[in-house]
Amino acid sequence: MKLDRTSFAILAMGAILLIAGPALPSWMVSMLNVSLCYGTVVLGMMLLMRNGIVSFGHGLYFCLGAYAAGLLDQMLKMPDMLLMVGAAVVVTGVVSAILGLLLAKYRDIFFAMLSLAFSMILYGLLVKTASLGSTDGFNVAAKTVAGFAVAPESQRLMVYSLAVVFATVSAFFLHSYLASHQGRLAGAIKDNELRVEYMGASVMRAVHRNYVISAVLAGIGGALMAVNIGHIDPEMTYWPQSGEFVFVAILSGTGSVFAPLGGALVFEAIRSFAYEYSPNTWQMVLGITMLLVMIFLPGGLWSLFTRKREG
Amino acid sequence: MAVILDARGLEKSFGAVTAASNINVAVEQDAVVGLIGSNGAGKTTFLNMVTGYLKPSAGTIHFEGRDITPLAPREITRLGICRSFQIPQLFNTMTVLDNLLVGVGIVAAAGSKWGARNSAYDDPVKAVDTMLDQFGLGSYRNRQAGLLPEGTRKLLDIAMAMVVRPRILLLDEPTSGVSADEKFVLMDMVMAAVKEHKVTVLFVEHDMDVVARYTDRVLAFYEGRIIADGAPATVLDDVEVRRFVIGSHAAPAGAASHA
Ligand SMILES: Nc1ncnc2c1ncn2[C@@H]1O[C@H](COP(=O)(O)OP(=O)(O)OP(=O)(O)O)[C@@H](O)[C@H]1O
Ligand SMILES: [Mg+2]
Repeated sequence: MKLDRTSFAILAMGAILLIAGPALPSWMVSMLNVSLCYGTVVLGMMLLMRNGIVSFGHGLYFCLGAYAAGLLDQMLKMPDMLLMVGAAVVVTGVVSAILGLLLAKYRDIFFAMLSLAFSMILYGLLVKTASLGSTDGFNVAAKTVAGFAVAPESQRLMVYSLAVVFATVSAFFLHSYLASHQGRLAGAIKDNELRVEYMGASVMRAVHRNYVISAVLAGIGGALMAVNIGHIDPEMTYWPQSGEFVFVAILSGTGSVFAPLGGALVFEAIRSFAYEYSPNTWQMVLGITMLLVMIFLPGGLWSLFTRKREG
Repeated sequence: MAVILDARGLEKSFGAVTAASNINVAVEQDAVVGLIGSNGAGKTTFLNMVTGYLKPSAGTIHFEGRDITPLAPREITRLGICRSFQIPQLFNTMTVLDNLLVGVGIVAAAGSKWGARNSAYDDPVKAVDTMLDQFGLGSYRNRQAGLLPEGTRKLLDIAMAMVVRPRILLLDEPTSGVSADEKFVLMDMVMAAVKEHKVTVLFVEHDMDVVARYTDRVLAFYEGRIIADGAPATVLDDVEVRRFVIGSHAAPAGAASHA
C-alpha cells in the first residue's frame, strides 16, 4: 500500500497527539478528547454528505455505541475499553445494516426525517426502560485496556490516548476509502445517480455501504464518549444532539478527513469559551459562527486551507 | 453474421401517444446502424427500452440469445449494452479524469461478474489517459466536467459509455450541439474506438450526411413505427422517408406535391 501526503499527515497527527498527551494541561486534554469523539462521529457525517445525504438522526448510532459500551460494563461486567469499542462497532454495524435497507432508498428531506424518526424511537425506548436508568441513564467506568488494568491516576490519559488512536485509525481508513473505487462512487452518486446505474453500479448498494460505515464511525465516537464522560443517557440520541453533528459537519466542510476533526475542535473551543465567558448567549455565538461560515465559507472551514493553496 | 440484438414486437404508448408500435429489429454483430426520424418519432424510446429504462408493454428483447426484457439498466449495462444520452449525463462536479475513473472502478470491482468480458484494468489512470487521447479529450483531463463546452460534454458522455467495455454501444444524437465542421471529427474518433474494440453501434442522428457516411444500415422511425429498414442509400432515397423523416426541403422536386 502506498501512502499519500494526507495519510502521512493523519498518522503524524495521531503520533503527536499521543506523545504530547502527558505534557498537556488537563483542560486541553479534556477538550481534545471530546473533540476527537465528536470528530469521529462527524467523519461519518462527512461520508454521507459526500453522497449528497444528510442524516438528522446520527445521534442514534452515537447513543447505540455508548449504550453498547455501557452495557458491556453494567450487564456483562466486562469494563474493557477495547471490548467496549468493539461492542459499539458490532451493534451499530448490525442495526445500520438493517435500517439501511430502508433508508438507502430515500434522499434529501425524506432521508433526513426518516433517520430522525429512528433516532427518536430509540430515545422513546430508552426513556421508558427503567432498568437502564430511563432519562437519567447510568454511569460507565472502563477499568482495563485489552485485559491490562489501568491505574486510576492514569485513567484519564488512557481514555484520551484511546480516543487519539481510534480517531486516527478512523480518519486513516476513511481517507483510503474515499480514494478507492468504492469511495469515488459517493461523489458520482451525489452528481448523477442515473449515470451511476447506467455505468453498471448499484446506487442502493453503495449508499447502504456508506450508511453502515458512517453509522459505525458514529458508534465508535459514542463508545469513546461514554468512557470519556463516564456517564450516558438518552440525550445522546435526542434530536439536538443529532443537530449538533449536522452543525459541526457543515461548519467543517467535506473537503478532507481533517475537516471534521478540526471542525469538532473549533466547535468545542467556541462552545467552552463562549459558555465560560457568556453562559447565557453561547448558542447565539454558535449561531453567528454558523451564519458567517455559510456566507463567507460555503465549503466549510476546510475551504480556508484549499483557498490558500490555490491562491 | 450472428445476431447480437433482437427486438421483437415492441409496443409502448404514453397516453394517446404511440411511441413504439410493432418494432422488430435484429442487429448483427459489428454492424453500424443509424436510427433516423423526426422529433417524437420514438427513437429515444427504442433506446430506453433496449437499456431497460422503459419496459415495453408487449414484445421481447434478446441480447446474445438472452432475454433482457425484464432487466434493469444496471444489469443490462453489465451484460454489455451501454449508452450515451441526448442530454449528456456527466458527474458535473468531478474532473473529466474522475468521470471515467468511476467507470473503470465499477468494472474493476465487478471482477468476473462483468458479463463475459475482460474486467481487468491493470493501470486505471493509464487506461483512462489512453482513452482521453483517443477521444481528443487529453487537454481537458483535469477540468471540471460541468464547465465543459457542449461538444466536449457530448464526447465525454460517449467516452463514459465506452469505458465500461460495451459489446453494443447506443448513441442518442452524438453530434447534436456539435458545430457542423466538428461533427465528422467527433464521429471519426468514436468510430475508430468502436472498431478497435469490436463494438456494435446503433446511433440516433438527424444529420443525413453523417448517417450516409458512417452507417451500413438505417432504420427510419415515424410515429413509433419503423417505416424503412435497409442499406443507407436505399432508405435515404425512400419516398416515405423523404416525406416523413428528412423533410420536404431535402425532397426531390416532385415529392412534396404528392402529399
Ligand atoms: N417518459 C415519457 N412520458 C410521456 N411521453 C413520453 C415519454 N417519453 C417519450 N414520450 C413521448 O413519446 C414520443 C416519442 O418520444 P421519443 O423521445 O422516443 O422521440 P425521439 O424520436 O427520440 O424524438 P427527438 O428527436 O425529439 O429526440 C414523443 O411524443 C414523446 O413526447
Ligand atoms: Mg430522442
